[in-house]
Amino acid sequence: MSILINKDTKLIVQGITGRDGAFHTSKMKTYGTNIVGGISPGKGGIEVDGIPVFNTVEEAVKATGANASVIFVPAPFAGDAIMEASFAGVELVICITEGVPVQDMIKVTPVLKQNGTKMIGANCPGLITVDECLIGILPGMIFKKGNVGLISRSGTLTYEVVDMLTQSGLGQTTCVGIGGDSVSGLYFKDLLEMYENDPETEAVVLIGEIGGDAEEQAAQYIKDNMTKPVVAFIAGQSAPPGKRMGHAGAIISSGAGTAEEKIKAFAAAGVPVAKEPGEIPGLVKEKLGL
Amino acid sequence: MKIHEYQARDLFRKYGIPVPDGVVCHSVDEVKKKVSDEDKLRVVKAQVHVGGRGKAGGVKIANTKAEVVEKAEKILGMDIKGLTVEKILVADAVDIEKEFYVGLINDRNTKSVTLMASAEGGVEIEEVAKVSPEKIIKMAIDPTMGLMDWQARKIALQLFTDPKEVRQTAAILVKLYELYVDTDSSLAEINPLVLTPDKKVLAIDGKMNFDDNALFRQREILEMRDVLEDEQKEIEAAAKGLSYIKLDGNIGCMVNGAGLAMATMDMIKLYGGDPANFLDIGGSSNPEKVVEAMNILLSDKNVSAVMINIFGGITRCDDVARGLVTALDEIKTEIPIVIRLSGTNAKEGLEIIKDYGLPTVETMSEAAKKAIELSKK
Repeated sequence: MSILINKDTKLIVQGITGRDGAFHTSKMKTYGTNIVGGISPGKGGIEVDGIPVFNTVEEAVKATGANASVIFVPAPFAGDAIMEASFAGVELVICITEGVPVQDMIKVTPVLKQNGTKMIGANCPGLITVDECLIGILPGMIFKKGNVGLISRSGTLTYEVVDMLTQSGLGQTTCVGIGGDSVSGLYFKDLLEMYENDPETEAVVLIGEIGGDAEEQAAQYIKDNMTKPVVAFIAGQSAPPGKRMGHAGAIISSGAGTAEEKIKAFAAAGVPVAKEPGEIPGLVKEKLGL
Repeated sequence: MKIHEYQARDLFRKYGIPVPDGVVCHSVDEVKKKVSDEDKLRVVKAQVHVGGRGKAGGVKIANTKAEVVEKAEKILGMDIKGLTVEKILVADAVDIEKEFYVGLINDRNTKSVTLMASAEGGVEIEEVAKVSPEKIIKMAIDPTMGLMDWQARKIALQLFTDPKEVRQTAAILVKLYELYVDTDSSLAEINPLVLTPDKKVLAIDGKMNFDDNALFRQREILEMRDVLEDEQKEIEAAAKGLSYIKLDGNIGCMVNGAGLAMATMDMIKLYGGDPANFLDIGGSSNPEKVVEAMNILLSDKNVSAVMINIFGGITRCDDVARGLVTALDEIKTEIPIVIRLSGTNAKEGLEIIKDYGLPTVETMSEAAKKAIELSKK
C-alpha cells in the first residue's frame, strides 16, 4: 500500500516534447514509472523515448487507459492543460509548472471538483511511492522504501529531509511535494487523511512554510482525527514580517500565517516541531519508539 | 505588484466606480498649474507604497488653493518610513456620514476570490477583524458565475437599508469584481467606501495589488509599475531567474530552492547569526547564474561572510562545484565563503571545492556555525 500512486499507475506527460518535459520523462522512465503516453498538440504520432505522443489528452486516455497526468507546459498554458486532463477523465493531475496565474488556478478549482479530479501543485516537485512510481522532478536515488510518509510545501528542503531520513535508516512510503502557490490542489489536510488510512505508513513528516494557514488546518485535523504520529518543521521562522497583502491579507487569515502561530497550533495537537531539519529523524524515531 | 492610490482611482473610474475629483502632481509648480483657483475643501495625500501615511503626516486638509500649495510644499519630498514622497494626489474632500470597508482577495482556503465587507470601515479595520470578526461579512465567489447581482445586493443589504444606497453599493461591488478579474488582481480594497450626507456612495481611498505571475498578460498594469530602489534589485534578480530579498544581517546566503533558503536563514538565526538576504538560485548549476547571484549578494556592503548551501537532486553536486569554482575565479572576493554540498555526487563536488582551497562542510548546521564564526573575524 501507499497513497495516490503505485506500480499500477499509468502516467501521461503533458508537454513531453518540451525541454523539461523530455528530460524528466527519461528520468521518470529510468526510475520505473509506467509512462504510457505523452501529449504535444500537433506532434501526435511521433515517439519520445519510445513513448507514443498524442495530440490531445482525450486520445491518449482512450488509447492507453492512463489515470494520471504530469504537466510540464509553460505557465500561461498550464491552467488549460489541467482543464484538458480533468475533462478527459484523468484521476490525478500533477502540475510541475511554476508561475501559474492565481486566477487560472481559481478557475480550475470547480472543474476539478465537478469531474472528481485530484490535483497536486502547481509549482511542485511532484510525488513518489518508493520503488514503484515517481512522478515529477524528484531525485529518485535519495529515497528508500520504508514506513514514513512525507508531505511538504517545498522542493530542495524536501530532498534534504528525505536524505536525512534515509541516512538514519528511516525509509518512506509515499512522499508528496504539494507546492508553494497560494491556491493549489491537495493540501496537507487531504493528504494526512490518506496517510491515516494507509496501513503501510506508520508516521508522517510534515514540512510547512510561513504564510497561509494550511499548517494550522493540518494541526486541527491531526488533533481531531489522526492516530499516527506526525513530526513537523516550519521553514521561514526567521523571516521578517515583510511583504504583507494590505488589510485584506490580515483579515482573511485572522492572525494565522506566522511561524509562531503554526508552531503553537502543532504543539496544541501534540505534534513536535523540529528546530532545524537535522532534528527530524530523531523526533520520528522517538515517536515510533525506535 | 503594487500600484499607487491615484492609479487605483483611475482604474476605479474606468470601471464606473465613483471617486471624488482629483489630480496627481509631481511638483509644487504642477500643483499651481493643475489645481483650480476655486476655494474648496481638498485633501493633499502623499503617494507612496507604504501604509500609515496619515499618521506620518502625509495626508493634510486644505481649505484654499493657497493652502493646497503650502501643504504640497511640506509633503513633496518628505520621508515616510524611509520612502521619499515624489507624488501627491490633490482630491476634493467630501462630507462623510458613514464609512464602510469592501475588499476582494484570493482566498487559499475556499480557493476562490472572496468578497469582504464591513460597516466599520476606516483605518481600524484590521483591529475590527481581530476583535470582532463577526462584523466582517465574507462571501466566496464562484469563478464560473462571477459575482451575481443578487449576491452583491445581499451584501449591500447588510450595510445599508435605503434602496438607493443598496443599489449604488451593489453596482460598485459588481464593478470592483469585474476590475479584479480583468486585471489579475490579488487584492482590491475600497477603504473607506463612504456615504455622503446627500446619500451618494463613493470610493475615497483605494488599494490594488496584482499577481506577479499574471503580469505577462497585463501590459497596461505593468506600465503602472513604480519601482522602489530595494525592489529594483529584486526585479533585476527575478529577470535572471534568481529570487532575492534583502535583509538587515551580515551573512550572505546562496541556496537552491525557496524552502531550503528559508531553512538556511532560520539556522543562521538559530545559532546567533544574522542573515543578510534570502537568495534562491533555483535548480540550475549554470556558472553564469552563480556569478550573477554572487554579484547581487556582494553588492550588499553589510555582507561579511557568505554561506552557500546546495542540495543536489537532479542537479549533481560535482556540476554545481565546477560552476562555483568558475564563478569564484571570475569574482575574486576577499569575503570568506563557506560551501556546503549534499545529495547526488556530493563527495566528488566537495573534492573539487577542497582542491580549490575553500573550506567545505558536510551538514547545514556546521556550515551555519562556520559562516557565523567567519563573519565575526
